[in-house]
Amino acid sequence: MNILGSLIKKEAIHIVRDRRTMFITLVMPLVLLLLFGFAISTEVNNIRIAVVADRHNDTTRDIIQALEVNSYFSFEGITAADDVDDLLRQSKIDAALILRPDGNKLPCQIIVDASNPTVAQAVASYISGVITPSSDNVIVTRTLYNPQMKSSYNFVPGIMGMIFILICAIMTSVSIVREKETGTMDLLLVSPVRPINIIFGKLIPYFILSCVILAIMLTMAYTVLGLPVSDSVFSVIGVSLLYIILSLSIGLLVSAMVSNQVSALIVSAMLFMVPVIMLSGMIFPVDNMPVVLQGVSCIIPARWYISAMRKLMIQQVDFAGVLNEVFIMVGMTLVLLAAQLGKFNSKK
Amino acid sequence: MTNNNIAISVKDLTKRFGDFTAVDSITFDVRKGEIFGFLGANGAGKTTAMRMLCGLSYPTSGSGTVAGFNISTEGELIKRHIGYMSQKFSLYGDLSVVQNLRLFSTIYGLSDSETKKRMSAMMKRLGMDSMADARVKSIPVGWRQKLAFAASTIHNPEIVFLDEPTGGVDPVTRRKFWELIYQASSEGMTVFVTTHYLDEAEYCNRVSIMVDGRIAALDTPAALKEQFHADSMDEVFRIVAKDAQRTE
Repeated sequence: MNILGSLIKKEAIHIVRDRRTMFITLVMPLVLLLLFGFAISTEVNNIRIAVVADRHNDTTRDIIQALEVNSYFSFEGITAADDVDDLLRQSKIDAALILRPDGNKLPCQIIVDASNPTVAQAVASYISGVITPSSDNVIVTRTLYNPQMKSSYNFVPGIMGMIFILICAIMTSVSIVREKETGTMDLLLVSPVRPINIIFGKLIPYFILSCVILAIMLTMAYTVLGLPVSDSVFSVIGVSLLYIILSLSIGLLVSAMVSNQVSALIVSAMLFMVPVIMLSGMIFPVDNMPVVLQGVSCIIPARWYISAMRKLMIQQVDFAGVLNEVFIMVGMTLVLLAAQLGKFNSKK
Repeated sequence: MTNNNIAISVKDLTKRFGDFTAVDSITFDVRKGEIFGFLGANGAGKTTAMRMLCGLSYPTSGSGTVAGFNISTEGELIKRHIGYMSQKFSLYGDLSVVQNLRLFSTIYGLSDSETKKRMSAMMKRLGMDSMADARVKSIPVGWRQKLAFAASTIHNPEIVFLDEPTGGVDPVTRRKFWELIYQASSEGMTVFVTTHYLDEAEYCNRVSIMVDGRIAALDTPAALKEQFHADSMDEVFRIVAKDAQRTE
């Protein structure tokens, strides 16, 4: 067996024998996808709503009926204007709709409990959606690409962006640093093995592990979570593989920066996990950030990956549509790898 | 230094880290087949000197050859002719005894058939057949130490560097470990060993004592004892190292 082959085998044995880590790496992606796909949802259901109406006409009756039958709302009855505040404070209703018909016009007011602003926004827009068809100026909104506004669609790219950083960067760096700690790295360096073989002996097994995880996650996304399948699947796989390589290079970078396993974990987590969650656009849209943070987010690989994944998986654009992101990721990978190889060779 | 009997030859070897001179212009030769003891207190520069000889670290100045190759320019060639065992126990704990040996055998570039041959010879010599498939982290420390020695000499190197190989091991196991060293030496392997244990210095053919980055004494144990009018190497060491400035 050749040298690279036996180094890869050695690493594979280590990965497989560490049952607990293996279990976590394979199960965590599933759990996160299911969690974000089903349990954690930014959709708002069962909005308890009360209506205040001084007079009734056809329009107000239509609106009330619409609220009663709409599954997003639970209609709590008609109430007096003075009671609205009390009902909201006692959490008996989430929103109130005040209708004051005046001839042909229908001025109305929506009152929403905004203690959770995200929910309040959603509720307000639902209610206006119900009122709009009844008013004179009809505005029809079409939500493209994700007509049901499923939040799971939005989370899948984010979760993938996070998982690969987690597995590739953290596991690779910890395993390299562990060899530094135990002294086996010295043995390898004293041996005639070329540094490039040592690096690839580390990267290839984790690359394969990541591919398995990618397969699991994509299967989940396209079946259980019901993301639309189209030609873009191939681009999704291609861009994901690129991102995996990029994450592996980050792992190498971390391993060169630190000398023990604990700091490898902390550096990976603080330097990469937190920015991935906060700044990549996974949860908070990049465009809403202050300009400075938008600048910072540009150097976070996950930002470009997640952006590309959204376009490919949800908007179904073809590969040409994400060339920008791909170029940036390729550039980052090359810079990181070149820096690492240089550093590894000049270690002496 | 083109003498054919010389395994290691070093002249004015120096290593500086910033202002700190870890190894200060050391000069010595090691003959082929010799067991060369490299003694010194903690921080005297032993490990740094050894790392330069193994090609893990470049000298700041000075020159030297190991197995006939220049340590500054022919590091890659040196690596093919030496074995190295570090002071930390360093094999892969999650691999079995056989897997570790096979890994190091391939890493040192042995062919499959050679690997097979060397491995069965090693296992027999170590008497480890019964634990061939045991994971290394589960076997006793003494055995691990022997296994580490076997792994570092599986390719039959000309020179083997042992960096405090018997640290933290009980006297009986140390004794057994030295039997392995003797056996390797009798087969013509040059052994370069650093140690803390001064009784072990008695086992060496020649001994050098490093103090503050310089070699303060170098001779056979018997000659050193005579030179310093001492009864044991322990006493020699205390006399030589008493002026040491560096402490850990």
